[in-house]
Amino acid sequence: MIAEGQPTNGGRALIQSLEMEGVEAIFGLPGGAILPVYDPIIDSPIRHILVRHEQGAGHMAEGYAHATGRPGVAMVTSGPGATNIVTPLADAYMDSIPMVCITGQVPLPAIGSDAFQEADITGITQSVTKHNFLVTSAADIPRTIREAFHIATTGRPGPVLVDIPKDIVDPNNPASAMDWYWPDSVDLPGYKPNTRGHPKMIKQAAELICRSERPVIYAGGGILKARAAEALRELAELTGIPVVTTLMARGAFPDDHELCLGMPGMHGNYTAVTSMQESDLLIALGSRFDDRVTGKVPDFAPEAKIIHVDIDPAELGKVRRPDVPIVGDCRLVIEELVRAIGDLGGSDAQPDRSPWRSRISGWQEKYPLTYEPSEPGDGLKPQFVLETLRDHTPDDTIVASGVGQHQMWASQHWKFNHPYTWVNSGGLGTMGFSVPAAIGAKVGRPDRMVWAVDGDGCFQMTAQELVTAAAERIPVKVAILNNAYLGMVRQWQEMFYEERYSEVYLSPDLPDYKLWAEAMGCEGMRVEDPEDVLPAIEKANEIDDRPVVIDFRTDHREKVYPMVPAGQSNSNIVVDPSQGEGGH
Amino acid sequence: MPSSPHASHPAAPHHTLSVLVENKAGVLTRIASLFARRGFNIYSLAVAPTEDDKFSRITIVVDVESAPLEQITKQLNKLINVIKITELHPDHAVERELLIATVRAAPEVRGQVIQLVDVFSGRILDVGHEDLTVSVDDEPARVDDFEELLRPYGIVELQRTGRVALPKIERPARLRGVRRAS
Ligand SMILES: Cc1ncc(C[n+]2csc(CCOP(=O)(O)OP(=O)(O)O)c2C)c(N)n1
Repeated sequence: MIAEGQPTNGGRALIQSLEMEGVEAIFGLPGGAILPVYDPIIDSPIRHILVRHEQGAGHMAEGYAHATGRPGVAMVTSGPGATNIVTPLADAYMDSIPMVCITGQVPLPAIGSDAFQEADITGITQSVTKHNFLVTSAADIPRTIREAFHIATTGRPGPVLVDIPKDIVDPNNPASAMDWYWPDSVDLPGYKPNTRGHPKMIKQAAELICRSERPVIYAGGGILKARAAEALRELAELTGIPVVTTLMARGAFPDDHELCLGMPGMHGNYTAVTSMQESDLLIALGSRFDDRVTGKVPDFAPEAKIIHVDIDPAELGKVRRPDVPIVGDCRLVIEELVRAIGDLGGSDAQPDRSPWRSRISGWQEKYPLTYEPSEPGDGLKPQFVLETLRDHTPDDTIVASGVGQHQMWASQHWKFNHPYTWVNSGGLGTMGFSVPAAIGAKVGRPDRMVWAVDGDGCFQMTAQELVTAAAERIPVKVAILNNAYLGMVRQWQEMFYEERYSEVYLSPDLPDYKLWAEAMGCEGMRVEDPEDVLPAIEKANEIDDRPVVIDFRTDHREKVYPMVPAGQSNSNIVVDPSQGEGGH
Repeated sequence: MPSSPHASHPAAPHHTLSVLVENKAGVLTRIASLFARRGFNIYSLAVAPTEDDKFSRITIVVDVESAPLEQITKQLNKLINVIKITELHPDHAVERELLIATVRAAPEVRGQVIQLVDVFSGRILDVGHEDLTVSVDDEPARVDDFEELLRPYGIVELQRTGRVALPKIERPARLRGVRRAS
């Protein structure tokens, strides 16, 4: 450790700053501009994980943050290294993931000259980061790192990028000379997130709740960001109000709880979608009225009054004007709300909601999530694979998913009973997210079993990170639901483009996933028959010294139901054809 | 950003935002791009350091309905370098703009041009055989009038600064303040 006031250089100061922030892992890949920072890593206790592509580093940092709640850290070189990490930054921005990304930059005097591997990365990432910095002096490094972590992790969390020119970290360059210091506070006069909800608003919300006959709690990813799962449960149990958990909030409220309605939205279950639609009060907690949840906005929950709690004032009224807007940290606000409801009489103050409850259980009985079992000789039913996996892995298994049909089936059919077990790209919908995100999650939670559920299309985008996992002995497990197609796109073509399957066929055998897995240092398996599904999963569960990939050959005709066609009202939800025409 | 060469009264929903920001590189781009992302035109924009050189004040005039503007101010407030945003209602603000123009002023009309500049308490900045360069600083509406009256003589070049504004020295209750994180 460099002592306070001791002369050092920017590169060492950067690494020590990361140590001061409690960073235990960095996901990255070096290059010329960031080289001086890689040198002191050798002597640091921080674990560096060398990725095969910078996109992998970004998604690993995200997976790490999803699973641990601590900021993920990625470090890459300038130019192409930096541009390769733009997608994960955008992904983290959409899903409010705390992340700090350090990019190398050409030396200060060369900036703006189109120097080799120069990219204006602060310009490029301006609209996909919560904030970014171009550091222009070695002496600013500790302060900037401190600010970056503060911004990334407080208020509405998000990605922060710190771009660092080579000369100010290069020990051989006088521009890197500085005396070590660690700021004991941050000075950001324009940044003061409001965490405490307004007492008057909270009281109003409590009164509204105690008057409502058909309320639904609409829980979003903000619950998890605010570590508010416990508080949410208390609120739901106190009032007996059912809870829907959005794609980002899966696990924020236990699926096995009698008040849990599961996922709403475009591919949400019938009961969750319809309960919101028919409600007279939506208690939106850390949720942002995404179009995938609301469907056609003017027709969304037409009779519902809205209580909207969010740490980000810009979310309130962005899509739907709330009757009671509350800016604040979800956990603190819910705790206050529980108190305010208690003051009004608590559970005794709740109106008789038995008619509402019986309508809900009517929908649950009439429209359960179903699928037809596979016929002999056909591919596996993806739902069956997921259910088997769900039933034969530990209850607290972490599941990371790609984007597409497999993602929706995983969210629908898994039982999430613990927070921070669902690692997912919700807002940006990034194919290629799951393999690196699973690796990041496993680095953060080595005690947990981590499964990636991936599509064959997604897998091909970032599978090379399994080389990283094998080399670094990060034993994640990957279930590819291989339907030989870009399945979600195929589904839309089938339903909305008269079955004209343009450019969506991938082939089940090209590549040979088993051989590919083996070539990357993983255990590879292929499963074609339903009776082989469980043995393969059990075998995979036992392997703990390297990654495992199972290529499940699934039925390419299977579609995700229910479905609300894009841009339509949630009232037009279409259920599985076996449940009747049109679903209503 | 450049004011239109024609009469420059912003159309109906015209809002003036006074944005206090940290005086750091890139702040202006961040602000401008928030408007650009939503396809809003910035009608005029003026920026310079304040009495304290750690901060700059940006005066932005935009033509948008109030609802989208509310979303923009909320998004602006999220920018780390933005300290405070105030919407200045024209009735409760003092606004100024500077115009510089080179105008055709052949000897036979030169007297008229000079008189016009005089009426607007403007100044003659430069004199040529056929042209005059003149300046006027005034309320934006008066500057519009001046531009309008100058045009028949033949404007060779014209530059306006965009408006700068401060709240009137009165009770702050008069401000329609858009406060941080409220
Ligand atoms: C990077 C990226 N490119 C394109 C898309 C559009 N997209 C959404 S789902 C999907 C198909 C995914 O196919 P696959 O991974 O095989 O999963 P499946 O839907 O078959 O389960 C595509 C192309 C996307 N979400 N992300």
